[in-house]
Amino acid sequence: MVEDRPWLNRLTHLVLILGVLIVAFPVYVALIASTHPATAFSTGVIPLWPGDQMWENYSLMMGSGLSTAGAPPLAGMILNSLIMALVIATGKIAISVTSAFAIVYFRFRFRQLAFWAIFVTLMLPVEVRIVPTFKVVADLGMLNSYAGLTVPLIASATATFLFRQVFLTIPDELTEAARIDGAGPMKFFRDILLPLSQTNIAALFVILFIYGWNQYLWPLLITTDASYYTVVASIKRLAQAVDSVPQWNLVMAAVILAMLPPVLVVVGMQRLFVKGLVETEK
Amino acid sequence: MKRTIFGNQVLPWLLLAPQLVVTLVFFLWPAAQAIWQSFLREDAFGLNTSFVWFLNYRALLNDGDYMAALGTTAIFSVSVAALSMGLALGLAVSVDRLVKRAPLYTTLLVWPYAVAPVIAGILWWFIFNPTIGILPYLLDRVGYDWNHRLQSGDAMMLVVIAAAWKQVSYNFLFFVAGLQSIPASLREAAAIDGAGPVKRFATITFPLLAPTTFFLMVVNVTYTMFDTFGIIDATTGGGPNQATTILIYKIYADGFLALNLGSSAAQSVILMAIVIVLTMIQFRYIEKKVAY
Amino acid sequence: MASITLDRVGKTYPGGGQAVTDVSIRIADGEFLVLVGPSGCGKSTLLRMVAGLETISTGTVAIGDRVVNTVEPADRDIAMVFQNYALYPHMTVRQNLAYGLKNRGTPAAEIARRVDEAAAILEIGAFLDRKPRALSGGQRQRVAMGRAIVREPAAFLFDEPLSNLDAKLRLSMRGEIRLLQKRLGTTAIYVTHDQLEAMTLADRLVVLNGGRIEQIGTPMEVYRRPATTFVAAFIGSPAMNLIPAQIADGALTVGGVRVQLPLPSGLDGPVTLGVRPEDLQPRRNGGDGHLTLDVSYVEDLGAQRLVHGRIGGHAMVCTLPAGHAVQDRLFLHADADALHLFDVQGGRRLT
Repeated sequence: MVEDRPWLNRLTHLVLILGVLIVAFPVYVALIASTHPATAFSTGVIPLWPGDQMWENYSLMMGSGLSTAGAPPLAGMILNSLIMALVIATGKIAISVTSAFAIVYFRFRFRQLAFWAIFVTLMLPVEVRIVPTFKVVADLGMLNSYAGLTVPLIASATATFLFRQVFLTIPDELTEAARIDGAGPMKFFRDILLPLSQTNIAALFVILFIYGWNQYLWPLLITTDASYYTVVASIKRLAQAVDSVPQWNLVMAAVILAMLPPVLVVVGMQRLFVKGLVETEK
Repeated sequence: MKRTIFGNQVLPWLLLAPQLVVTLVFFLWPAAQAIWQSFLREDAFGLNTSFVWFLNYRALLNDGDYMAALGTTAIFSVSVAALSMGLALGLAVSVDRLVKRAPLYTTLLVWPYAVAPVIAGILWWFIFNPTIGILPYLLDRVGYDWNHRLQSGDAMMLVVIAAAWKQVSYNFLFFVAGLQSIPASLREAAAIDGAGPVKRFATITFPLLAPTTFFLMVVNVTYTMFDTFGIIDATTGGGPNQATTILIYKIYADGFLALNLGSSAAQSVILMAIVIVLTMIQFRYIEKKVAY
Repeated sequence: MASITLDRVGKTYPGGGQAVTDVSIRIADGEFLVLVGPSGCGKSTLLRMVAGLETISTGTVAIGDRVVNTVEPADRDIAMVFQNYALYPHMTVRQNLAYGLKNRGTPAAEIARRVDEAAAILEIGAFLDRKPRALSGGQRQRVAMGRAIVREPAAFLFDEPLSNLDAKLRLSMRGEIRLLQKRLGTTAIYVTHDQLEAMTLADRLVVLNGGRIEQIGTPMEVYRRPATTFVAAFIGSPAMNLIPAQIADGALTVGGVRVQLPLPSGLDGPVTLGVRPEDLQPRRNGGDGHLTLDVSYVEDLGAQRLVHGRIGGHAMVCTLPAGHAVQDRLFLHADADALHLFDVQGGRRLT
């Protein structure tokens, strides 16, 4: 808009800078806290300027963890989180993209029924049916395993619908040209459909990676063996143990480490992330 | 609907199989279990189980704690939605005005989306720590004694702020997208008609944002009902005096901590019904969008 | 190379809609056949049935001596050019051309030879390594043609391939398609709604209406002796004038004027008279058997003038040479062999 109102422009920037500060404030406080020795928190108020214990705190958490709090080293937990996030993201995409392909490009008996069965998963977040789902996983002997961490979260109506939308926008003529060129269904899927969905897959991957990494209740319930702990689910355990004997510096170091990977993904792949977010919700 | 389809009858089932198996085993079967379980009641020793029809449901409706949780959920949802959407709208309108630097501000505003709710909870829990937290220290100076461990209102404030903080980035992105989809010509026409910036926002921009606002309201309510579990669990544990026990937390507490399976299942079923209604509303909205 | 035979072909959709009814055509080896008609006339459906993209409800389609009703599109030995080109957007031009050959297991050296050959013919060698989105509409069109050529098929199927091009490009591509098809000698079926395209390209054209054949013939046959009023109105531009007339006692009366015409015996009563605007010749004065046109307005097209007017209350158009003066009234004459008589009810040709 061709309009110049200096006070309005100043107000705009003021609002935005305030917004950025409010958004960043808690993380700044946590980051600062993670650079101090434990003694800094015994009295008074949280320090607001960096200390000199950053390296010590972070290497302690990564390498040996807090044995008193029953928290294993973060390195292992971060690896578990990474495995969980990658498997969930990849798995969700893989089974959604094939489902969408089946639903869009084939006519078969009970197609509507299959469609609705998948649709229902959209309605039932894992938290809602947490007790019976836990029981099923326990009966299948999947507690304390990577399969238990990932497989129950892998069905995805959202991703299936997204791919369905994408496929519906691919012109029929392309499929027909491929048929004339002698491509059967799977060849068409591999040679045409997947390459054309590339950016959608990448965008979705970003969203699903974050989804997988940030899982809390599910890993909390099904892992009792420390070697399967994920870092996000262990934060509460750490924080509460520390509440009695304040080691805020270490807790905040863990917090920073637990949020760093997904935040880096969002910042580094902002465009894909925004695309993925806006598309999955539409 | 595709014109060109493949004639195969077996292949589509193979393609669907993984999704269907996971859905059946981990979604539909447990959901059915929850429904079945909600009609059962175990005795105190877990030895006998009897079919009690709607007794669990009736018990819930007469249970003060459950009704309180329902109220808490409503207050929590509305507060989080209002706070985070209000902030997000202000920021989105500001970014939308900018010609330069909009991407920089956007980057600096969207990253909290990546922060897990439980971590958001811990961050604010630390800031609000009654002994060493920075905000209680400041509040003390103006004469307010903050203690979310004892005061219900403070506890609710804490979880609302933490939940809203995380959700601002999401709402912000959708408001920005919504604003960008409003044709500039409309606002220019209003400017020519003599409407100032404030009036333009009130009479043109905001009404045209209504679909986005409505969509975000539904999404925010869904978010506060389920995804905020981590925030509650890590900061207040539903307390003090159940002041922050929302429905999802109560299902968990009754089912896993108190092992009251019948009641927990009945609560699950009610919550599923609420989700289904919310999803339907969301889909109505999507259909309307498609019809444009 | 092969002939294509359609024998009483019909298409009924599951909902009960009848898209094509009882179509029989025999297309000779190397012939260029154009299917023309308004949108919804079933021409594309018919082409897609030959391609194998639509199932055939009744009748048979044979390519060469082989009935292909249940043969997969890829195995019918045909190549198709689509209206929107349907190039694979993520593949380079070279990959687009090679894809079908690769799927067939053609040796790499052979693929390279054919791609280079097609590229040379179509002059697309310079952008073989570009993606389709980096090409102009005309270049994409050439690539789509190239994809058909490399297959060395028994027949080319064209589904309105020029509709997405601007008028000028359409004209030059039309010429190229014609030349190319003659040079390769490949049988071709070409679908269009544009009668001019149909006239200029076809060895023979098939006019379709409502899923049925109205007429099959060479362009000049169809132009000179349209079988029905539909064909008469559809082929030729400006369209043929069709006005009501009367036959009584072996004489034809139009707008109150008796016209001398050797009529077949046994005709009596109302008929529809057809006369092309370009067959109407101006006369100095209203002599015997001359029609009188009350002029409404004149359109100057440069090389000729289109005079719009009325005869006995019915709209009529005639074409005059440029510069020909037009007053309020115009006396027109038409040779007997330029007058077409059609049945009023069915619109069939009577003479």
